[in-house]
Amino acid sequence: MSLALDLLTILAVSAGVFFFLAGTVGLLRFPDALSRLHALTKADNLGLGLVVLGLVFQEERLFAALKLITVWLLTLLAGATVTRLIARNARPAGPRG
Amino acid sequence: MVFDIGLALLIVAVAVWTIAARDTFAAVIGFVAFGLLLALAWVRLAAPDVALTEAALGSGVTGVVLLGASTRLRHAEISAADKKPGAMLRAAAAVLCTVVSAGLAAIVLVLPHPAPTLAPQAAANMAATGLGNPVTAVLMAYRAIDTLLETVVLLLALLGLWSLTPDPFWGGLPGRRHHDDPDGVLTFAAQLLVPVGILVGIHIFWVGSVAPGGEFQGATILAAMWILAAMAGLVDAPPVSRRWLRLILVAGPAVFFTIGLAGFAMADGFLAYPESHAKLLIVMIEVPVTLSIAATLALLVAGPPERMPQQ
Amino acid sequence: MAEFLLAAAGFVLGMVALGLVRILWGPGDADRIMAAQLLGTGGIATLLLLAEAMHVPAAVDVALTLALLAAFVSVAFVKGSAGSEADGA
Repeated sequence: MSLALDLLTILAVSAGVFFFLAGTVGLLRFPDALSRLHALTKADNLGLGLVVLGLVFQEERLFAALKLITVWLLTLLAGATVTRLIARNARPAGPRG
Repeated sequence: MVFDIGLALLIVAVAVWTIAARDTFAAVIGFVAFGLLLALAWVRLAAPDVALTEAALGSGVTGVVLLGASTRLRHAEISAADKKPGAMLRAAAAVLCTVVSAGLAAIVLVLPHPAPTLAPQAAANMAATGLGNPVTAVLMAYRAIDTLLETVVLLLALLGLWSLTPDPFWGGLPGRRHHDDPDGVLTFAAQLLVPVGILVGIHIFWVGSVAPGGEFQGATILAAMWILAAMAGLVDAPPVSRRWLRLILVAGPAVFFTIGLAGFAMADGFLAYPESHAKLLIVMIEVPVTLSIAATLALLVAGPPERMPQQ
Repeated sequence: MAEFLLAAAGFVLGMVALGLVRILWGPGDADRIMAAQLLGTGGIATLLLLAEAMHVPAAVDVALTLALLAAFVSVAFVKGSAGSEADGA
């Protein structure tokens, strides 16, 4: 059982780290600030979610697993809203919504 | 090992960039980045209490205070940009920094193996304080006088900040009024994040007696959440002349000092706790101290009063 | 498992370093503010991985604090940057 859990952890964490790589590549290669912001937020938050998923498999206690998921949800919320603010700041004159 | 070397190099690189940055805004961001990386280093050194304090206080709140200062100085900066410090001054600064760094490195390398430490005695006597976290035991029991003086120092810093108030606004509201946009993204985020943040702050404060955490870290999170609500326009700062505000600011150090004096009656001396009630007394000190520090930090970030309340 | 998680943490840290190089170079304030976002997400991932790899559960609390403080610092930076005189976020 624990071997299966370990395998799931390795798979999920590897996928998460891959998305971090993808986000960084986007960050380095995209031409303007808004697309860089897009790559950074979406890919990195997804990568974090997969990493959290992998780590949840390693936890024995429910409270610790819930804490990990809470960290991810908070980061998601903060990231989504702050990205919007940064984008609005970078290009204030644009179509709303 | 590779991780540690990479982290150390990254920290040094960000530090160099921060010093070399041309405008203050960029330098402040570099400073915040540096602080967060330093928090990672503390975790690697198995010091989560210090990591918590560095991430919250050293990097987060201090970064925002520096940002406020840089914003206020923006117009002055443009005129000061022509007057660069002379070559002699810069050479002297370089020599001083090198000497200090070399001295610190020499001290660290010359330390005997294993380094002299009081950690075993600190851990052995924790049972008398009723605490489970040795760092909190040091802060609140063995060296409580240092913590008391720290709270007073924070209060003095706030007084120094308030002394910069222009005369017409004495006793007024600190910081500018942020407009709240009820349909806006920031309002939505604040309405969700702030309650969760308050819970997290209380959790980190409360868990400090048995695990890494404590009143400074919890208070910093509470202060940050209040400022976030203020930036979203959901709350406005109270006028600094309000008595209840000043009572909150003073309550922490006052209670700390009073219980310290009571130590003469209850136990051996100043800030000594009787063994049977040590944990209770420590908690009685910690709660008002947390509130005071949260209020002090929030007001430090808000800045000196710059407007009067609408009559 | 611990070595794998430590290696993953190191890789994420490397990604953060690369991202920092780009961001801190980029002209304009928006790029710089993104540094706070990058370090927030990447730092949290590194901390969570380190928490499991080093068996230091308190690092999850540090990550929790970092999530809140990164949001706070980012909002403060957006509000404090030069182009933010028009409120109404």
